[in-house]
Amino acid sequence: MAVTDLVTYLARSLVDEPEAVEVREVAGEKTAIIEVSVASDDVGKVIGRRGRIVQAIRTVAKAAAAREGRRVQVEIVE
Amino acid sequence: MDSIVRHGRTVEEAVASAARELGVDASRLEVEVLDEGSRGFLGVLGQRESRVRVTVNPGKEARVEAVVGEILAHVNPDAEFSVDSDEQFISVRIEGDNLGLIIGRRGETLNALQYLVNVLCGRGTEDRRSVIIDAGDFRSRREEDLVGLARRMAERSIKSGRQVRLDPMPPHERKIAHLALHDDERVQTHSEGEDPARFVVIAPRE
Repeated sequence: MAVTDLVTYLARSLVDEPEAVEVREVAGEKTAIIEVSVASDDVGKVIGRRGRIVQAIRTVAKAAAAREGRRVQVEIVE
Repeated sequence: MDSIVRHGRTVEEAVASAARELGVDASRLEVEVLDEGSRGFLGVLGQRESRVRVTVNPGKEARVEAVVGEILAHVNPDAEFSVDSDEQFISVRIEGDNLGLIIGRRGETLNALQYLVNVLCGRGTEDRRSVIIDAGDFRSRREEDLVGLARRMAERSIKSGRQVRLDPMPPHERKIAHLALHDDERVQTHSEGEDPARFVVIAPRE
C-alpha cells in the first residue's frame, strides 16, 4: 500500500531508532486507520511541537490516499 | 558514497589530510574517528597515530532531492521536479499534470510537504538554508491572492475603524500579508496566536 509505505518512510526518517518503527493499517468502513508505533524516546520526534509534525504527516498521507480513492487517518500509538 | 581512511598525528591533521586528498573543504566532511591516537609516554612509548574515516557530505540539495523524490513517488509519481539553490534558499519546483492533489486546499498539502522536507533535511547539517517548494505556479498566484486580500481587508479596517483578522496561515504567507501593507500608513499589522493557528491582524493606525 502506497500510503502505508509513505508513512513508514516518513516515520523512519524522523526517528533515531528506525528499526523500532512499526506501521500497520487497520481497515475501517470508510476510513482506514494507519497506526504508527515508535520507540518511546522517539514519540516526540514524530509528533513535533504542538503536534505540527504528525499533522503534516496526516495531510500528506491524506493526499496519497486520495490518489487511490481512499481515506486514511494516521495515529501515533504508544 | 565514497569514504576514505586517513592517518595523522592528531585527529585534526588526519581530517585536514583527507580534505586535501579529496579536494574539498573540511567543513563538508563527515568524520568518524576510528582511533583517537595516543601521544604515548614521554613522546616515545605507545605512540599511536590518529585514524579517521571521512565521507564527503553531498550537501543539502542532494538530501532535498532524495526526500522530495521519495515522497512524490507515493503522492504523484507522474510529476517531475527540479531543485535549484542560492545562498538563501533551496527551491524545489514540481511540474506536471494533476498537481491539485499535491497542492491541496489553499496549499495545505504543499505547505505540509514543505514543512516535512525542512524538518527531514534540517537535521544533521549546519546548512540553515530553508527549502521552498512550489507546484506549477501555485505560490506566485497565492502571493497575488494574499496581497489582494490584505489590501481589501485594510480598506475594511479603515472604513469600520476596527481591527480585522485574517485566517490562520503559515509564516511565509503571513510575511507576504505584512509586506503588502508595510507602506500603507493608514494601518498597522501584527500576528497573534500560535502556529499553526497564528494569524495576521490588520488595525487602523490611531
